Amino acid sequence: MITSLSWLKNHLATKANSNQIVERLTEIGLEVENIRSSNVNLDKFIVCKILKSQKHPNADKLKLCEVDIGSGNLVKVVCGAQNARDGLFAVYAPPGAIIPKTNLKLKVAKIRGIESHGMLCSGYELDESSDKEGIIELNKKEKNIGEKYFKNTGEKTIDISITPNRPDCLGVRGIARDLASSGLGQLKKLSSIKTNQKLKNPIKISIKKEKGQGCGIFGGVYIKNVQNKESPDWLKKKIISLGLNPVSAIVDITNYVMFDLNRPLHAYDADKIDREIIVRNSVNGESFEALDNKKYTLQNNMCAITDKSGILGLGGIIGGTRSSTELSTKNILLESAYFFPSQIRKTSKILNIDTDAKYRFERGVDPESIKLGLEFGMSLIIDICGGEASKFSIVGKVKDERKIIDLETERFSKVVGFSIKNSEIKKILTSLGCSLKMSEKKIKVLPPTWRPDIVEDIDLIEELTRIKGYDKVPLINPGKENIKDTLNNKQKIFHFVQRSVASKGYTEAVTWSFTDSKIDNLFSELKNEIRLSNPISSDLDVLRSSLYSNLMISAKKNIHRNFEDLMLFEIGPVFTGNKPGEQLTMIGAIKTGKHSRKNWIEKERNFDVYDIKNDVLRTLNELGINSDKIIVSNKKKKWYHPGRSGLLSLGSSSGPELAYFGEIHPLIIKKLDLRTDNVLGFEIILDNLPEPRKKIRETKPRFIVSDYQKVVRDFAFVIDDKYSSGEIINLVKKIDKELIKNVRIFDVYKGDNIASGKKSIAFNVTLEPKDKTLSDNDIEKVSKKIISTVQDITGATLRS
Amino acid sequence: MSEIKKIKEEYISKLDKVLDQHKLNEIKSELFGKNGIISNKFKQLSSINEDKRKEFASELNFLKNELQEVILKKNEDIQNQEINKKLKDDNIDVTLPGRSYFSGKIHPVSQVIDEVTSIFSEIGFSVEEGPDVENEYYNFSALNTPENHPARDMHDTFYLDRSKDLLLRTHTSPVQIRTMLKGKPPFKIIAPGRTYRHDSDQTHSPMFHQLEGLHIDKSINMGHLKGCLYYFVKKFFEVDKVKIRFRPSHFPFTEPSAEVDIGYKIQDGKIKIGEGDKWLEILGCGMVHPNVLKNAKVNPKQYQGYAFGVGIDRLAMLKYGINDLRAFFESDIRWLEFYGFDPLDVPTNYRGLSR
Repeated sequence: MITSLSWLKNHLATKANSNQIVERLTEIGLEVENIRSSNVNLDKFIVCKILKSQKHPNADKLKLCEVDIGSGNLVKVVCGAQNARDGLFAVYAPPGAIIPKTNLKLKVAKIRGIESHGMLCSGYELDESSDKEGIIELNKKEKNIGEKYFKNTGEKTIDISITPNRPDCLGVRGIARDLASSGLGQLKKLSSIKTNQKLKNPIKISIKKEKGQGCGIFGGVYIKNVQNKESPDWLKKKIISLGLNPVSAIVDITNYVMFDLNRPLHAYDADKIDREIIVRNSVNGESFEALDNKKYTLQNNMCAITDKSGILGLGGIIGGTRSSTELSTKNILLESAYFFPSQIRKTSKILNIDTDAKYRFERGVDPESIKLGLEFGMSLIIDICGGEASKFSIVGKVKDERKIIDLETERFSKVVGFSIKNSEIKKILTSLGCSLKMSEKKIKVLPPTWRPDIVEDIDLIEELTRIKGYDKVPLINPGKENIKDTLNNKQKIFHFVQRSVASKGYTEAVTWSFTDSKIDNLFSELKNEIRLSNPISSDLDVLRSSLYSNLMISAKKNIHRNFEDLMLFEIGPVFTGNKPGEQLTMIGAIKTGKHSRKNWIEKERNFDVYDIKNDVLRTLNELGINSDKIIVSNKKKKWYHPGRSGLLSLGSSSGPELAYFGEIHPLIIKKLDLRTDNVLGFEIILDNLPEPRKKIRETKPRFIVSDYQKVVRDFAFVIDDKYSSGEIINLVKKIDKELIKNVRIFDVYKGDNIASGKKSIAFNVTLEPKDKTLSDNDIEKVSKKIISTVQDITGATLRS
Repeated sequence: MSEIKKIKEEYISKLDKVLDQHKLNEIKSELFGKNGIISNKFKQLSSINEDKRKEFASELNFLKNELQEVILKKNEDIQNQEINKKLKDDNIDVTLPGRSYFSGKIHPVSQVIDEVTSIFSEIGFSVEEGPDVENEYYNFSALNTPENHPARDMHDTFYLDRSKDLLLRTHTSPVQIRTMLKGKPPFKIIAPGRTYRHDSDQTHSPMFHQLEGLHIDKSINMGHLKGCLYYFVKKFFEVDKVKIRFRPSHFPFTEPSAEVDIGYKIQDGKIKIGEGDKWLEILGCGMVHPNVLKNAKVNPKQYQGYAFGVGIDRLAMLKYGINDLRAFFESDIRWLEFYGFDPLDVPTNYRGLSR
């Protein structure tokens, strides 16, 4: 909503200056977004006289003018306007001035080889008219040369952000009322209108009674023998200050009243109306051409203003070209009506139309302002365009839905934290237009018809607080007592694991929850992708079902910038369905490229599966899951290399799935054009992590150290290739869980000297006795057991 | 001169000249080996007269101890000398770099969530969460924003179905409803999380982060809201003084509603929070609307309180001088490493929120 100090002063008697007003507006909830202060710049535009205008020596369409800008100063200006001629008074903008329309700052510039010192302005460039042809021609005298062109400099337009609950402030009067209520002046009474209305309105108006009728009241006045014309200066300036283009006096007046009183009006060329006005529901397929020059085809039950020939316009939204006023219009019908907000909103959403009238009706226009609107519109039209007015025809009625609200004085202080006197309540609410009936504890309040937002006591409390000032609310220091723990177990895990992964060298990325379906499908096991109905772009069309999709896109961008050795992770939601709660919290982490590049101390080495396995295992260990409980198996997902990936599960290979890890499938790497052949990753499914029932300290056994020496023995077998190292380790450990503390593989070999389908595996076993030193005999006994067990179960042979 | 004295003098002077381990070992076995001089002397003890034997044995023992001590000392000297000799040539270029490693970083959004959580934890708030996909009811209707309410225009919504019932939450406020429905008052929670709006330009990202706050009890009033947010802003920006302005505004789910601005100035091209005469909007808040409480099965005649919503990304931008919101989500490793935080930098009250 745009207004200005002078416009406000039409409604508000105040001595406050614009700074005070701007500050107060924000304090009472009418947030000033912008003050367009034009004074300093506009003062630079002055009246000048073209002394001599000749053809530009280097351009046929340009002119070189010698211009008198006053005080004996003559400048040379290059000008493209056809009407630039000797002796013409015009508007001159010097170098340094900013052109209002384009916001461009003028500089001394060479135009086709000749320096131009400033510019002669058109009405368009000054944002005064839409006329781009030619420069402004002024009717001035020699003594005016050098004067400022803009009279109203110092006038600021104030751009206010009006919240959707305040339709009344979409008119300047509403803003003035709020200011007056806050103590910054007096709201002026509206001047009464006295016009002779002897004519009978020749156009019959009716609202059809039908279900879902969107129009409550329709008022009209017929004005005969008007002479439509360009608006007078004061009106044009007001219209331009709103950011609108002046059209004609009649159209400008309807806009002016709308912005002045939040009272939309519409003017029809009465001679183009076929006999009568019928407000009715539209029928599917009916169409009309609207004032935005677009053709709209209507559905059933939209509120249409029609005549005997069909649709004239959409009530409260937009008028039609068929009945629009023109400069030649002689007789008009001026409409002032009330349309129901929900219908307006529904129709404009379907047809995708946004107009100033629609914006107001959908928020709520005062249903009691029908007559007021007709009176103000009519009297302005007659003042400017002449004519004779008919009596008003107002049909329809809107039920007064206002309820009397009981306001308890105590409730105010209970909610807001400071108290207010009954006399203040009375003063403030009355000034806002409420009617009050006071008793000691309760106040009965009837809100004004222009405040559809006030329906219950809390609304009144807000009004009172706002006008009193939010700075009156006391500051109460927060208490420190906890109702419950800050984080629950899942949240603790989340925060812990996030930093656990980062501490292993991974950098955290936060990417969007949506992604490209083409990429997500590569990492998804969902039957149906989770599509957005209205994606922001076609490559962000689904909710991600894996963290890998966006991580791969991120990796690709970085790799293509030559950052090839990457460690990235993300922790966050992935989606399993399109219903609330169908999501999992996961960690996805990737490594690409090399662990080390050519350097003096290390060999070049790619990241490999065992790097990523270590990272994920250590992370799970740090989370408190004992290594013994984590089972590694080669169950895999389709997006991993089939032979270089695995699953970590809890307790057994069919237990809860904790994490997947491995190389990303080479075909996917190729498809994504990652420009590397080495991409590894792990995914931790946080929701599957066990919820510890006890604290770590409670689950720990007693601390016992053995005083007896530990013994390490080496073994080597040739064994069938199908047995994994993990199986062998588990096999050996089980032989004597008390004694065997650790089994460590130190060599795995396939190739020469080993039969195909077999491998040589060497490991050492650490024995840690608890109650005595092991004798040679004891060691021999365990060793034999290890050898026989491995041989018996796997068919391995001992390697000598 | 007694025999023992002779041996002593001879070998003390011999040992004095010894320079290497090998020679020392030779002398050691000459003296104490199987047929060593001292060993043999001990063997001879039995053949000595009883009256002299005791004295001789004592002298011999004394000699043995003395020589052994000298040998031990010599042994240590030689070993030390050898180590020192080695050290003389044992130089490496310590300026050469070590082996490769990668340093991880925590994203500014995560860091700020932790900072904010730490602050609110100090004043008794616990953390709640809600789903990213919401239905229309929790995101709008339950929050006193019925269909056809113009306030819905301010939320450009991503939908997941044609009937527009399933959507990506446009704010974290639905967590208010979910929290209240599943528990009993009082409630004192914050809810950080991802939020989504169909908006994408220089200053808007289709995904961003919000922090919801909700405190409901029997007599929580707007003064508590003010106190809580003052506390928060001061702690978060780690400044002693802070200029805050509560400005009336409108949200369907709170009444009275306010927007909160903080004072700032630009100094040497950097934003300075808490001083200056410029205002910057940082959050929206208000007293929870009675209709919202009713929808969440809380009796508004008994309970009341406040709610607020802050943009987490915006907080991060302001505190850490980050200009471009969209860069948060682009995963440019250079950006992540520049603005990211060391994983050991866990924001806590006792160590300070940030370094």
